[in-house]
Amino acid sequence: MSLKPSVSTTDHAQGNDNADLVIVEYGDYQCPYCGAAYPVLKELMKEFGSQVKFVFRNFPLSEMHQYARPAAIAAEAANLQGKFWEMHDAIYENQGSLNELFLFELAEKIGLNISQFKEDIQKTELEEKVDSDFESGIVSGVNGTPSFFVNGNKFNGSAMDLLQLIRENTVG
Amino acid sequence: MLQKGTVAPDFTLFATPDQKITLSEFKGKNVILAFYPADWSPVCSDQMALYNETLKFFHKYDAELFGISVDSKWCHLAFSQSRNLHFPLLADFEAKGETAKKYGVYDDEEGECKRALFVINKDGIIEWSYLSPTAINPGADGILEALENLNTK
Repeated sequence: MSLKPSVSTTDHAQGNDNADLVIVEYGDYQCPYCGAAYPVLKELMKEFGSQVKFVFRNFPLSEMHQYARPAAIAAEAANLQGKFWEMHDAIYENQGSLNELFLFELAEKIGLNISQFKEDIQKTELEEKVDSDFESGIVSGVNGTPSFFVNGNKFNGSAMDLLQLIRENTVG
Repeated sequence: MLQKGTVAPDFTLFATPDQKITLSEFKGKNVILAFYPADWSPVCSDQMALYNETLKFFHKYDAELFGISVDSKWCHLAFSQSRNLHFPLLADFEAKGETAKKYGVYDDEEGECKRALFVINKDGIIEWSYLSPTAINPGADGILEALENLNTK
């Protein structure tokens, strides 16, 4: 399975923008498996951040996880204030406490302009961004979360498998 | 397993404890049949939950989705409620696996349906079928591609 559409400037990316190794995660903010993958991915970026471009796309399973979509919207709203990854990290680091009110606490904690944040989470563009991420996941063959793509190809393994693979293939 | 071009065998199965669904009533609509082994998969986001989230994309192609397993109507009811499913789960319960057998996707060894997908067109003809390894969630991309091919014909 290959990634459709491929990574572009509308994606949220961290690490080395020009890296040859591009990892895409489709994630759900309330999914416990994504929560478990989060520290592993942090470790991966700590070790290989200079050689890897890491992209996060939204894949909220809203019927199963009631706060997954509000959390995705909140992260997109934080992005409008240049703090996508701060929000992304804050949510995963506090996944057990996730609810709608708590998202405001996190927004405050990471230093967002709260009135702006409140306005932004109502924006249909953010809903559309989350939906289009989701749809791209479906057509790319995402069947659960987290799902990873490495250089555009579906990776059939966990975050730990991914980290181990990169460790084994990195010289030095 | 039945292949493209075959007339989809008709069946009548319980969709809720007091309501049955007959496939032929859905002529004029596209139909997706998702046979699966058992309710209550432990995986975080399993196949039925994924399709639940994908329904609006299926509906864009005028397609109705039915999940089918050998679990009873009561088991389906509890599973469906726990996952907030917005599409029917059909109980291939009595005679056990009869519908799965008609479609060639019954697993005799386990006594369960295999994990198999069928896309049936508005005239009741199978347009696409796919057998997935039991342990692998086939996702929804194949179904969407098959539906897209129907629409562009």
